[in-house]
Amino acid sequence: MATDFIGKPSKRVDGLKKVTGQARYAGEFEVPELTHGVVINSSIARGKIKSIDSSKALQLEGVLQVFTHENRPKLAWFDKSYSDMDSPPGSPFRPLYNEKVQFNMQPIALVVAETPELAQYAATQVKVEYETEPHETNFDSQLKSAYVPEEFNSTPPPEPWGESEEQFKKAAIQLKEEYFHPSQHHNPMEMHASTVHWEGDGRITVYDKIQGALNSQKYLMGVFGLAKEEVRVLSPFVGGAFGSGLRPQYQLFMATMAALELKRSVRVMLSRTQMFSFGHRPKTLQRFSIGASAEGKLQSIIHETYAETSKFEDFQEDVVIWPAVLYKCDNVKLSHQLVGLDEYTPLDVRAPGGTTGIFALECAMDEVAYKAGLDPLEFRKKNYSEMDQTKKVPFSSKELMECYRQGAEKFGWQNRKQEPRSMREGHQLVGWGMAQGAWEANQKPANAKAILSVDGKLKVSSATADIGTGTYTIMTQIAADTLGLPLEDVSFKLGDSSLPEAPLEGGSATASSVGSAVKAVCQKIQEQLLELVKKQGNTDFAGKEVEELDFKDGQMSLKDQPATAVSITELMAQNKEDQLQAEISAEPAKEEQKKWGRYSHSATFVEVKVDEELGTIKVTRVVSAIAGGRILNPKTARSQILGGVVWGIGMAMEEYSVMDNQYGRFINHNLAEYHVPVNADVQEIDVIFVEEKDDVVNPIGAKGLGEIGIVSVAPAIANAVFHATGKRVRALPITLDKTM
Amino acid sequence: MRSFSYTRAQDVKKAVSEVSSHEDAKFIAGGTNLLDLMKYDIMKPRHLVDITRLEMKSIEETEGGGLRLDALVSNADTAYHPLVEERYPLLSHAILAGATAQLRNKATDGGNLLQRTRCYYFYDTTTLCNKREPGTGCSAITGYNRNHAILGHSQHCIATHPSDMAVALAALEATIQVSGPEGERSIPIADFHRLPGDKPEKDTNLAENEIVTAIELPKKGFARHYTYLKNRDRASFAFALVSVAAALELDGDTIQEARIALGGVAHKPWRKPEAEALLQGKEVSREHFQQVADAYLEGAEGFQYNEFKIELARRSIVRALMQAAKTDQ
Ligand SMILES: Cc1cc2nc3c(=O)[nH]c(=O)nc-3n(C[C@H](O)[C@H](O)[C@H](O)COP(=O)(O)OP(=O)(O)OC[C@H]3O[C@@H](n4cnc5c(N)ncnc54)[C@H](O)[C@@H]3O)c2cc1C
Ligand code: SF4
Repeated sequence: MATDFIGKPSKRVDGLKKVTGQARYAGEFEVPELTHGVVINSSIARGKIKSIDSSKALQLEGVLQVFTHENRPKLAWFDKSYSDMDSPPGSPFRPLYNEKVQFNMQPIALVVAETPELAQYAATQVKVEYETEPHETNFDSQLKSAYVPEEFNSTPPPEPWGESEEQFKKAAIQLKEEYFHPSQHHNPMEMHASTVHWEGDGRITVYDKIQGALNSQKYLMGVFGLAKEEVRVLSPFVGGAFGSGLRPQYQLFMATMAALELKRSVRVMLSRTQMFSFGHRPKTLQRFSIGASAEGKLQSIIHETYAETSKFEDFQEDVVIWPAVLYKCDNVKLSHQLVGLDEYTPLDVRAPGGTTGIFALECAMDEVAYKAGLDPLEFRKKNYSEMDQTKKVPFSSKELMECYRQGAEKFGWQNRKQEPRSMREGHQLVGWGMAQGAWEANQKPANAKAILSVDGKLKVSSATADIGTGTYTIMTQIAADTLGLPLEDVSFKLGDSSLPEAPLEGGSATASSVGSAVKAVCQKIQEQLLELVKKQGNTDFAGKEVEELDFKDGQMSLKDQPATAVSITELMAQNKEDQLQAEISAEPAKEEQKKWGRYSHSATFVEVKVDEELGTIKVTRVVSAIAGGRILNPKTARSQILGGVVWGIGMAMEEYSVMDNQYGRFINHNLAEYHVPVNADVQEIDVIFVEEKDDVVNPIGAKGLGEIGIVSVAPAIANAVFHATGKRVRALPITLDKTM
Repeated sequence: MRSFSYTRAQDVKKAVSEVSSHEDAKFIAGGTNLLDLMKYDIMKPRHLVDITRLEMKSIEETEGGGLRLDALVSNADTAYHPLVEERYPLLSHAILAGATAQLRNKATDGGNLLQRTRCYYFYDTTTLCNKREPGTGCSAITGYNRNHAILGHSQHCIATHPSDMAVALAALEATIQVSGPEGERSIPIADFHRLPGDKPEKDTNLAENEIVTAIELPKKGFARHYTYLKNRDRASFAFALVSVAAALELDGDTIQEARIALGGVAHKPWRKPEAEALLQGKEVSREHFQQVADAYLEGAEGFQYNEFKIELARRSIVRALMQAAKTDQ
């Protein structure tokens, strides 16, 4: 039995449950006497509800209630009560608050009935009349009223340094271009749902689709004035979220309100169309002015971003920091402005800001490389940064050069011809492009609890989430590895607001934050075991510290002295300890971490084939080389990167939430028209993890992989399309009409 | 979804009388289009007549040397039928370019002809649409019209017919056999679907309560020189932006007969026989194909988001004909 699991390609511990249907999702929990709610959404983008006539719906037998702003229960008054752990600055949307319509598809009523079919039908019988006001959803025409938010949701753009304007004017090579990125929706497979179990004594148990059960609990406590003991939120499985579950969505509000009012259990599930009624990746216009010397050394970078937000919250993401993270340049100016529209507030979507900013940055840099007559990879090496210029600190680790080397070699980059349109196969123009990327390697405070029983079973828990990323698996691995126990004897529990506090699962910080807590809590158990063995008078261990011990194969021993091995379970039995328990709060070493720039890095190489006449594009090969610190599980890690690459293909060529400005409404709101890649779009993908050691990012040295896989894919594709066709497509998605 | 009543028809006659005797009744075959539309509250039949038990599931040779495809044969069974693959490979290819394996297993040939447009506004009941609710207006003309028509549209509707199969049938000059309260008749495919005109709510010339019983393919299958070319926004599982069914009969390098049908560009599969005739007796050459393509697109008119289809269609015709002639130069 080997019990060193970290870095091993372990299968998913929850795999069996998932493929056999035992894994239950928020909309699948069976509770007795369940009722069903269907949400009615507004059909206008701005104005007032003149009247809602529910009488026909209420006459149907089995319809319990139609909730509207007119008959809703009393709700909290202050904005603060509606804010959640991921609210941007502003005034959070309040469902059913009053007659005002602030965006199209705003939830304006809830029909509750004994069956879902009846609720759905009844919803068609509710008549709504509006007083329409003119809406502003046209990003282009509202650009003129862009503003700098008073408070930044994410990192404010760093102060400018050097003399970017002057140096740009003087530069031998100048690039001034605009890049556009459309709105995109998360569209996870599982649609948002909440099942609220009315426990009978005023308490509720809520099954919610959320990336952190505590956030839903906090929200419900705030809005409905519930005490902590009165609401427990469970979210053991999440069928993909990609950020859509960072904030509690309106189905949670609706189901809970109805349950508290009707004193019944209620389920509300959103439809695919309704998945287009809340947060999305904001569209952006990014302007770059880049100056470089004739030899291709960067002299000036000016990066301006204009991004959409709602009229009630200032959503902003880290779009403009990437030039300062990825390139060395002495004169830099970065700015981020918002364009307020009559729509719902945008929301983090996988690598928020990074995907957006790095797309534009890496396309722009490719253009500069071409102006300088440099191979795009050489150009990046020439302008390589050894310092995180956003904070003027060195990197805790940065094996990007190794990503370049291994990625280029695997791809065969040395055989590339620089000239666009220089490679072809019959009708097809062949293009090779590359791009680089980075993503933050953050650690947040997290808690965990562990119980080791005398039978050798270890139970670890933390109120984190597994949105399909493999949290269950890697936490089990970390715990088993730390205490030297077989995987089967270790279980990890998450997705429950009654467990020790953990941050939202987002920002690729779960492995790092919760992983560190799991490791730390298991180390606490190690200490207790050491105490026991010392108490027994075992002289081998006298005066020893846990750092001097090995835990493996169910035993503890002095390092490199197997003869000292003691069985953990026997030790506990001899001491009459039924179980050992520990709970811990793992804080990041903030002071030390502040001294370093902490990021994962990527280099992506892409081959495309573009039909010369018809413009159709195929991404035939992708090599993604990743420096992500310690890889805890190569199997789940590879899956994360594959998913990121596939999403990058979608972002480059397909994904586009079309805003119809006539109605102020996203109009392609189903998966037949909102395209994500299908199998036939995805061909060869190679994933490389380069070795990277990092003691700063967190005690386990892992940087998180949920987001680094996507950031440099779309620009690499766009650059490959240029190499193939000689056409620069600066507005996503790159569809055939732009290349034919 | 609204409640509806449901009956299962035992024979064609009964099916027709069932559908005629109920108000707002519809046939249901594979259900892959109708059920979606019912869930979206776009089609609201109060009664469904299930025709899937009818004896209309075979593919047989006709006396004239053609092939008869019963209306209830699945798209998959049609595409993979040995006689279809051998004699009408254009049809196989067109069917397999559509939807997905799962859908093609369920979808029937009759249902495929009668599937409805994929116009975004048709699918969104909060918007105005003449096809869904006659007389309300057309949101697509001034809205997002990427998958809309460039030929044969009207001021009332610019929707396209989404079927791939129908495009191949148009090139092959199939006839549609139907049966109704007034008896049986056959409709040439060219007259089966209609242009929107001022009645966009009517997709086809099928009379009320008529059932499609079969599709008849004439003898000539163009099995040697054919191509189905489909341009779309992703490699599979997407409707055509522009598709071309091209079929040639060659004598050496001389064209005896050419058939070209376009999909994704109009309210029906688009044929222009007088343009096809330009190729008769001509040599296979890019120039000749370009002339025909120009003639096909004469009078085409695009909108804000689909203007590109005109040039795409032109190039696709040339490519498809070149491929069909297998004289790729
Ligand atoms: C996501 C998606 C993608 C798709 N992609 C494509 C594509 O790329 N290309 C393509 O061509 N198609 C595509 N399809 C459409 C698919 O081909 C059609 O849905 C299918 O062919 C319809 O056949 P059905 O038997 O299921 O029809 P049904 O849904 O049962 O019926 C459709 C209509 O025809 C009527 N009807 C059915 N049979 C008869 C009959 N014998 N006589 C009279 N009326 C009848 C019904 O009353 C109904 O109005 C796609 C569908 C989906 C859902
Ligand atoms: S194009 Fe036709 S289907 Fe689309 S909105 Fe206009 S009328 Fe309706």
